[in-house]
Amino acid sequence: MPTRNLDEITTEILDLAAKKFSVPRAELKPEDDFFKKLRIDSLQALDLLTGLERHFSIELPDYELQGVTDFRTLAERIQARVG
Amino acid sequence: MGPGSGSICTTMRTYKGETLSWNLTEGILDVSLHRRPCNEIGSATLADLERLVEALASLGDEIAAVVFSSAIEAGFCAGADLRELYRGMQQVKGAERLAGVRDFLERIHRALNAIDAAPAITIAAVHGVCFGGGFELALVSDLIVADRRARFCFPELRLGLVPGFGGIPRLKRDLGNALVRDLLFTGRSINAAKALEAGLVSQVVGEGQAPRVARLTAQQVRKFDRGTARAAKQFVKPIPYAELRQEIDLFCELFQRPAVEEGLRKFVESTDALPYLP
Repeated sequence: MPTRNLDEITTEILDLAAKKFSVPRAELKPEDDFFKKLRIDSLQALDLLTGLERHFSIELPDYELQGVTDFRTLAERIQARVG
Repeated sequence: MGPGSGSICTTMRTYKGETLSWNLTEGILDVSLHRRPCNEIGSATLADLERLVEALASLGDEIAAVVFSSAIEAGFCAGADLRELYRGMQQVKGAERLAGVRDFLERIHRALNAIDAAPAITIAAVHGVCFGGGFELALVSDLIVADRRARFCFPELRLGLVPGFGGIPRLKRDLGNALVRDLLFTGRSINAAKALEAGLVSQVVGEGQAPRVARLTAQQVRKFDRGTARAAKQFVKPIPYAELRQEIDLFCELFQRPAVEEGLRKFVESTDALPYLP
C-alpha cells in the first residue's frame, strides 16, 4: 500500500470511528475531542485503538496516546508508525 | 448474600454465585464470569474461585474440559478490585494491613494453582479487556481463545507493584523474556493479533465468537483419553511453584511502600479519560 499522508490517515480514522461508534460521519472533524464526540469511555477507547491497529496494520502502544484527545493528533501518532 | 454464598446443587455440577457461575454438560464445565463492571477480582470472586476448585476436585474425571468466559460486554476481566483493596487499606494499618494482603494472595495462589494443575483441559475465551489479574486468570488456562477485539495488559507497575496473582511466572512460562519485560515495564496493552504472534493465545476469532470456538475446542479435547491428556498436560505445562512463591514475597515487600497507597488513591479517585495508563 502506498504511503499515506496525514490528511488521508485522518480521513480513514474519522471513517472508522464513525462506523464503529455509529456516529454520522459528517459530524466528525479532525480537531474534535474523540472522547466527547464519540461519547466513549476508556474501555471503548481501547476498542478504537484495536480497530486502528488492525486497519493500519500497526502496533500503537497506548502510552503514546497519553494526553491525545483529538483525531488530528491521533493521526500524527499513527503516521509515525505507518512508516 | 455474602461472598461466595451462591446457590450450588448438591452434586456441584451447577452453581450460581455472585461473581461467577458454572454448569457441567457432557463433560464440559462452562464457567461464566458476571460481576460488574468488568469482573474485578476481589473477595467475592476469590470465594467463588475457591468454590470452583472444590467442584473441580469433587467432579474429577466427570470433567474433560473447562471453558472460562465472561458475560460482561466490556471484557473478560479488568483485573484485581483496586477499589476494594484501597478501602481495605484505609481500615487497617501496618502489620495487619500486610497480613491481610498476604492472606488474600496466599488464597488466590492456592486457587489458581489448583486450576492450573486441574486434570481437565482448561480454555479461556477472552474478549475485550484482559488486564492485570484478569490476564493472570487467563494465563492459568491451558489454552486461550481470543476475540479479535481482546487486549492484554499488565499495568501493575503504575501502582508501584508487580502482578500478584502469578502473572510473571506464568507469562515467562509461555513467552520470550523480551516481550515479558516490555509488557511489564511499559504497562502497554497488546491486541489479540500480537498475542497470537507472540504465542500467548492459540486462536484468534471473530467478534463475539470466542465462547463458541472455545466450546468447540473443548468438544475436540473431550474425544481423547482423559488419563493421556492429563499426562500430556503435566509434561508440557509445569507449574513454576518456586517463582510463584517468590512473587508473593516480592508483592508484599513492594506493597509496604507509601507510593502504593498513593498510586491506588490516584487510580480510585481518577476521572482521567484513560485512568489505566501510567
